[in-house]
Amino acid sequence: MTKVAMTVNGKAVSGEVEGRTLLSAFLREGQGLTGTHVGCDTSQCGACVVHVDGKAVKSCTVFAADVAGSSVKTIEGMANADGSLGVIQQAFQDHHGLQCGFCTPGMVMSSAALLAENPKPSEQEIREYLEGNICRCTGYHNIVKAVLAASGQDANAIAAE
Amino acid sequence: MPKDHGIGASTKRREDVRFLTGKGVYTDDMRVYGQTYAVFVRSQVAHGRIKSINTGNAAAMPGVLAVFTGEDFKDVGGNPAGWLIKSRNGEAMREPKRPVLAHSKVRHVGDAYAAVIAETYAQAKDAAQQLADDTEIEELPAIVDMAAALGNTSNRVHDEIPDNQCYDWGWIEDNRAAVDAAIKAAPHVTTLELVNNRLVPNAMEPRASIGEYFPGTGDYKLTTTSQNPHLTRLLVAAFVLGIPENKLTVVAPDVGGGFGSKIYHYGEEALVLAAAKKLCRPVRWTAERSESFLSDAHGRDHVTKIELASDLEGNFIAFRTETMANVGAYLSNFATVTPTFLHGTLMAGPYKVPHVYVNVKTVFTNTAPVDAYRGAGRPEATYSLERVVDKMCRELNLDPFEVRRKNFITTDMFPYTTPVALAYDTGNYHATLDKVMEMADVAGFEKRRAESAKRGKLRGMGLSTWIEACGIAPSHLVGILGARVGLYDAATVRVNATGNISVMVGAHSHGQGHETVFPQIVASKLGVPESSVEIVHGDTSKIPFGMGSYGSRSLAVCGVAMDKALDKIVAKGKKIAAHMLEASEDDITFEDGRFSVAGTDKAKTFGEIAFSAYVPHNYPLETLEPGLEETAFYDPANFTYPAGAYICEAEVDAETGKVDILAFYCADDFGNIMNPMIVEGQVHGGVGQGIGQALVENTYYDSNGQLLTGSYMDYAMPRATDVPFYTVDYSCQTPCTHNPLGVKGCGEAGAIGSPPAVVNAVIDALQRGGHTHVTHIDMPVSPSRVWSAING
Ligand code: FES
Ligand code: FES
Repeated sequence: MTKVAMTVNGKAVSGEVEGRTLLSAFLREGQGLTGTHVGCDTSQCGACVVHVDGKAVKSCTVFAADVAGSSVKTIEGMANADGSLGVIQQAFQDHHGLQCGFCTPGMVMSSAALLAENPKPSEQEIREYLEGNICRCTGYHNIVKAVLAASGQDANAIAAE
Repeated sequence: MPKDHGIGASTKRREDVRFLTGKGVYTDDMRVYGQTYAVFVRSQVAHGRIKSINTGNAAAMPGVLAVFTGEDFKDVGGNPAGWLIKSRNGEAMREPKRPVLAHSKVRHVGDAYAAVIAETYAQAKDAAQQLADDTEIEELPAIVDMAAALGNTSNRVHDEIPDNQCYDWGWIEDNRAAVDAAIKAAPHVTTLELVNNRLVPNAMEPRASIGEYFPGTGDYKLTTTSQNPHLTRLLVAAFVLGIPENKLTVVAPDVGGGFGSKIYHYGEEALVLAAAKKLCRPVRWTAERSESFLSDAHGRDHVTKIELASDLEGNFIAFRTETMANVGAYLSNFATVTPTFLHGTLMAGPYKVPHVYVNVKTVFTNTAPVDAYRGAGRPEATYSLERVVDKMCRELNLDPFEVRRKNFITTDMFPYTTPVALAYDTGNYHATLDKVMEMADVAGFEKRRAESAKRGKLRGMGLSTWIEACGIAPSHLVGILGARVGLYDAATVRVNATGNISVMVGAHSHGQGHETVFPQIVASKLGVPESSVEIVHGDTSKIPFGMGSYGSRSLAVCGVAMDKALDKIVAKGKKIAAHMLEASEDDITFEDGRFSVAGTDKAKTFGEIAFSAYVPHNYPLETLEPGLEETAFYDPANFTYPAGAYICEAEVDAETGKVDILAFYCADDFGNIMNPMIVEGQVHGGVGQGIGQALVENTYYDSNGQLLTGSYMDYAMPRATDVPFYTVDYSCQTPCTHNPLGVKGCGEAGAIGSPPAVVNAVIDALQRGGHTHVTHIDMPVSPSRVWSAING
């Protein structure tokens, strides 16, 4: 067991982990942050995406020990300071970009990373960026619209083209 | 003006807030004091005899608390099939026992034959590996191919079933000779052999269960990823473990999608309960995705020959279908009804065809159980019909739109009884066809095709018209057909003393948005704000006995039960109001949340009535009980029959065989719409899954019964880049005639209507592109299949 310390959603946290402990397990089991979901065991589904030092990372695929000292952001850290939904979260609700909600944390975190890199992505750029996130419920339509809307574009008009 | 609240408004989903902030609580998110971890030991071979299991080493490993094998459950019950199907010769289906853990034989890769319980997940996992190493299994030849399995008397999935056949079903057997004669005499017969590809449902939340036992009271609690907690409770209690039903609570909390795969009771649920009792500690299990691939009930997997007899103008005379349906190694709960009554009864489609006959043989194989997956039998029926109709149009050089049009049941023919025994209550198939043609600008297609051709691409347009029977439905009828349960649903409306409302429903929401939509109905009916209504679902200790959610039934069955309970609330409210207002009950009207004496300004608000019911100081106690809480059970008089027309426009790259879906149009008739936003979302999701089936998804077992597509590395899930924006319309509405909400159900539509539209578009593209020898490609129409078809 080794001790790791990192910042999660702006708070300093630490815990004892085995070498094999994944970041997803550290967050879910160690920190009680169960918003980060685990949907697969091959690094394919993206339900587990968090930000590590500002970059989107599949938390099921990195060891907790390897991100010691980093700043981690999870879905629990995405709301505004007053608790209201952040811009991307709000766009997902407004555009019905979620159904069962299981893929949603990963979708929001990936979308946030996309918009940080590319503030006005095209439909195609959104679809390509989200290739690593599987949603079984929505057929992606409203997820893509939500990301368009979150970037300030007219999602309804673009979807109707 | 779009409505901003109540029935028909696109109210935003209240459940989204918790899901968007990471505050949803799915089964694996729960932490229970003293919890232990179960890991299952699963067969690596498809078919084998268990020679020995040495549990000693595993049991002695650090942290291990208990080891279970099939021996421990030999004497408890089995997990039953929900429908008894009879063969054409009158014999009952073969129904092998489905044990909690396999004993004596393993029957598919992933078949669990033992389980280890330990203090930590890692310890349980290590011990499970040890147990696997200490097990001796004699491998037997795998039975994978359905045709080969039938009639093979030496190699059997179940030793007692000589030909690996579950049943040989005919619908309707008495019509068979007439159908055969009609086909023989017909001017033209189109024949198509096709495979409806096997799919893995892949709800994004893997299955998970937590078993608890409370020694002080002898109560059990199962928290599990279920679409229908009461059904799971009934199965565990009455069939598998023999726990009295009233000693078992089943809770299905937030559930991350189901699509059918979480309707069923699985052995893991019984194991965690039995283990919790033995250890007097909570026992939890969460499937890894690989386990989900191996052990969730799969979907589809039909091999079909369909014939369409017609005259030379394309008027249909007869459909005759022969299908082999895979049920896998064991009968999952709905496995026997899906290929029969959910498939054969739909084989008339929306058409006024006089003769229809369907024969289905279901086959046991050494593969995971196969059961209902979004649409369940109806996508299989629609795919067969719409592909063969399309092929007929080409053979006779007829326009596919016109052929549909001339064969549709017309609006003056309802109620219409088909030759396969369904009674369609209402519909307007011409209207949805006209609508979708307008949406897709069919007239402009040729121009678009020419534009694609300039870029070297082959463009095609595919049509599919579909109908389904959902909101399953009348218990007395399904009982005659072999159902072993009733198919009503139930709701309790509890008006609290302070006037807000709790509604306990039998339906379960795992993505459908019930927490938002059901209050819209309550609010419209009672004239109260939506925000004052709370939906309670998924906990058998709180909700009335209902059947959960599947088969597009939540609104059409449970929603109607709720509506009826609301009627009772209003009726009682009128009695209370009559007393308080000193008027005759007949003179009380209820509108916009106010009980008034007709023709006067005397009135009481809904809140005042509720308060009076609980603080009955001025109340007719001699004739009326206090309180304002009503329950209704609703058993529908008929199925509901949503229908629609879909057009897919696709482009094929003949060089690579790659298919691109350029546009997808849906015109559906779902009857009345409660929340358009959610209806659209349901259609999007269904179409996404249908495109997945048509283009990328497939489940491959090799000849040894090894699952070659056991992870997302190998099983292609549709991704955001595989699908376009969809264009969805639901303005053609013929409200259901036999439920007061006029709703029909929309959950499965997309998955039913879309696969044939996609394949028809691909064939159309190839035909127009000059590859006229290509008349069919099986799904998924992958680049390699398309390329091979072109060049083959
Ligand atoms: S859980 Fe991390 S990619 Fe699936
Ligand atoms: S909302 Fe259910 S998987 Fe995306």
